[in-house]
Amino acid sequence: MKHPLRDTAESQRRITRRGLILGGGQIGFMGLLALRMRYMQVEQADEFRLLAEENRISIRLITPARGRIFDRNGAVIAQNSPSYRINMVREQAGDVDNIIARLARLVELDADELERARRELRDLRGDTEVTIADRVSWEDISRVAVNAPALPGVTPEVGLSRHYPAGADYAHIVGYVGPVSDRDLENIDAPDQLLLIPRFQIGKIGVEAKLEDVLRGKAGTKRVEVNASGRVMRELDRQEGQAGADVQLTLDNELQSYVHARLAGESAAAVVIDCETGDLLACASTPGFDPNLFVRGISVADYKALLDNEFRPLPNKAVQGVYPPGSTFKMVTALAALEDGQLDAGDTVPCRGFIKVSNRRFHCWKRAGHGNVNLLRSLRESCDVFYYEMALRTGIEKISAMARRLGLGQVYDLPMTSVAKGLAPTKEWKEAAKGEEWVIGDSVNSAIGQGFVLASPLQLAVMIARISTGRSVMPRLVKSIDGIEQPLGTGEDMGLNPNNLQQVRNAMFEVSNNRRGTAYRSRIIEDAYRMAGKTGTSQVRNITAAERARGVTQNSDLPWERRDHALFVDFAPFDNPRVAVAVVVEHGGGGSVAAAPIARDITLQALYGEDPPLDAYPAADRDSIREQQEKLRRDRPASGTDENDRA
Amino acid sequence: MSYLEYSVKSIPTGLRKILYLNWPLTILLIAVASVGFLMLYSVAGGSFTPWAEPQMKRFALGLFLMLSVAMVPIWFWRNMAVLAYGSALLLLMLVDRLGSERMGAQRWIDLGFMVLQPSELMKITLVMLLAAYYDWLPLNRTSKPFWVLLPVIFILIPVALVIRQPDLGTAILLLTSGALLMFLAGVHWAYFASVFAAVAGLVTTVFKSRGTDWQMIKDYQFRRIDTFLDPSSDPLGAGYHITQSKISLGSGGWSGRGFMQGTQSRLNFLPEKHTDFIFTTLAEEFGFVGAFSLLCLYALIIVFCISAAMSNRDRFSSLLILGIAATFFLFFAVNMSMVMGLAPVVGVPLPLVSYGGSAMLVLLIGFGLVQSAHIHKPR
Repeated sequence: MKHPLRDTAESQRRITRRGLILGGGQIGFMGLLALRMRYMQVEQADEFRLLAEENRISIRLITPARGRIFDRNGAVIAQNSPSYRINMVREQAGDVDNIIARLARLVELDADELERARRELRDLRGDTEVTIADRVSWEDISRVAVNAPALPGVTPEVGLSRHYPAGADYAHIVGYVGPVSDRDLENIDAPDQLLLIPRFQIGKIGVEAKLEDVLRGKAGTKRVEVNASGRVMRELDRQEGQAGADVQLTLDNELQSYVHARLAGESAAAVVIDCETGDLLACASTPGFDPNLFVRGISVADYKALLDNEFRPLPNKAVQGVYPPGSTFKMVTALAALEDGQLDAGDTVPCRGFIKVSNRRFHCWKRAGHGNVNLLRSLRESCDVFYYEMALRTGIEKISAMARRLGLGQVYDLPMTSVAKGLAPTKEWKEAAKGEEWVIGDSVNSAIGQGFVLASPLQLAVMIARISTGRSVMPRLVKSIDGIEQPLGTGEDMGLNPNNLQQVRNAMFEVSNNRRGTAYRSRIIEDAYRMAGKTGTSQVRNITAAERARGVTQNSDLPWERRDHALFVDFAPFDNPRVAVAVVVEHGGGGSVAAAPIARDITLQALYGEDPPLDAYPAADRDSIREQQEKLRRDRPASGTDENDRA
Repeated sequence: MSYLEYSVKSIPTGLRKILYLNWPLTILLIAVASVGFLMLYSVAGGSFTPWAEPQMKRFALGLFLMLSVAMVPIWFWRNMAVLAYGSALLLLMLVDRLGSERMGAQRWIDLGFMVLQPSELMKITLVMLLAAYYDWLPLNRTSKPFWVLLPVIFILIPVALVIRQPDLGTAILLLTSGALLMFLAGVHWAYFASVFAAVAGLVTTVFKSRGTDWQMIKDYQFRRIDTFLDPSSDPLGAGYHITQSKISLGSGGWSGRGFMQGTQSRLNFLPEKHTDFIFTTLAEEFGFVGAFSLLCLYALIIVFCISAAMSNRDRFSSLLILGIAATFFLFFAVNMSMVMGLAPVVGVPLPLVSYGGSAMLVLLIGFGLVQSAHIHKPR
């Protein structure tokens, strides 16, 4: 194509002109860009840098290790064991279903858990770590780790979780931990930031809950650099937190485990107190439950089974359960009468099998009557009429006052859930609570521990410790926190006449050492460890006239839940009291049959610190005791080992 | 002046052509690409893989292509213009049918050994065609309605195909570079008023189409425009790109955090940190000084191109050089405006710096044409 020369010159001029205009425009636009750059990078730099830091730095809490719980000799009651979990990140996994299928061939996956995991994988952001399986075994984790190349996006994670090696033995006392719930948070005014961590474990009941502040420790913080998906790239600095303090309880692991095993099969409770220091050496309630189930999150079926069990495994019967103390209350009435000067050691009261008070007959358990009864015989043979008489002489106010001095009707400040107050009734109490006037019959009933009187096994043990020492022994559960010894519960002298106390103790000695004592069959024949005790049988309900007509005259003819509670309290050795024991067997029948043998075994076990020699038992019992010892040895797991214990 | 009118005797031959290369331009291109290698090395956390090394290989291939194109006389390329445009158009139509579905957009043809992006090819071939057209068109017809309508059709056919893909960034690039070339060729001012009106009309129509059956661009593109207009409306969704990009860029400050010290891009706060948003990494690590320096390098490339065009008396060569320079300018101007929050997020890479094959190779072929025009200019 040919152009005239004028045309090309014109073309050249035009292109140059337009090219320069365009070039100028381009350079101008670049100047605009440069200005914008300067504005953002120089003038607004600080602002943007701040935003960048906010992006980049995330403050993470360092969860402190929870304080451990030991028995008085250092045996582990609650510890933190490594727990393994398998997490998955959708983005990295790619084909989620395929990976889960592969994973399922390696480890057993819980169907419910998997359902939840699939939902989370689908709904949450692709870079979120979703737990596929929690609390997997070390073997499973190893298999996953070995097969890691075939499992993209799957990561094993190690954490700490609470473990109770002794299982049910301490469930009622130490309780358990569980993930913090909204309801927990509502009850706390200024929650620790730790509590805001999802699934953070806090104490739910028992020592774990009551000493939560001590056990939890303080959170540390670390500043970490995170990327956009929140993954930690590196740690910038950290402020160490403080691990929770270790707590040592006064309980004796060997004794606790023995007591639990001894009570097994009954709905029962037993408390062993050190008379000298007030230390709770054992405090058991049966049946128990495995607190580890609750840490994991108990299944509905398991929980329903616990709720439906008529032996009520969940409450701590030793401190939470209150029972009419029955004849074990007679020491209180006796001491009240003695201190009030209404009774002398030599005084006798005639028992004709009943007493008539304001036209009502109050019967002695022995229908034929005991004849003339003094203090010694009244306790030994548990005469009721003697105490009806004492109630009439002394009055309910003084009896209740004595009950409180001896430790009944008051709450002890122990780190356990629902420590019961019990009841030492007064006239005022009845008017306030029932709106009715106190009648003399109430006093009469109260004198033998029936009617309104209520006491927990713990309170009964305290009462015995106080009677045996004359001091106001206070129960103690925590021996030391973080190595700092807690004050003893030795207590001051109660100011009771030592002679009066000795009268009562002597009578208690007769109960389990005199041929006519109600607990003679459960005596200890080792001289150094002679036991003084008192049986009790508390009526759940009177045998009705209709039942009597059907021929029901004995407790054992009644259905279980209507039988009497069996009680026994004792201290030993008699001349140098070391331990005080209280045993309640719910619906066990008579105290002398159902509770006294258990209490004797526990007492001996506490005194010897191991299975007692058969010599300590009456010759007739030795064969059955040997069998029982062998059986209990088989039932009790050797301490410190546990199939779930991977620490 | 046309090649028929000057002797080809003064044209260098054989390897001597290398001496006549526009060396300042070549060196500037290598410098810009090196900045790219450096940043790709940095965003990979101080590693040549996965980006810096392939990028270097591709750049080497691109340089080789540039030199090869440069060695071929410019009149050959002028004669090939129609064919090149036609082939690119054919390929564009092909991706409409064959194109593999990626990122919700059909843009590639998988050739097995590499993926071909015909829309990139079109950026150069459209410039070639228009330059050849105006070289052929007698000057007095330049502003005649029919002869104006013809190039407009040449431009709108590929634009329409690209919008269908849909690739808004490339469409805008094609439209603008075509319009700029027509402007350079001397089309009357009045026509540009109508072109602007047409663009405004198109934009309005596109927005009107929102939510109807005949919606012309995808929802994500609408959202990007929305968030450009108000990034804070969706800070974690679509606005995330712009917000994070600005944070990263702004936090660089005067002199930056230092090489490999950029926190935002390396910690993945920045999306597509190695492709469209690589400029923010540079700005964060080297601050205003670094970002401005890169802008200056780009400016120098433009300046050298303009001066090469001015000094070339061949109309096709001048138009081609200016057209390619304008395309190059549009690339970095749109990309930088986007990362600085001046333009909506459209997929336009930072030329020669962003990781990616097609765009870089096509641009280097374009610069090969510039070099060819320079070597074979009438002397």
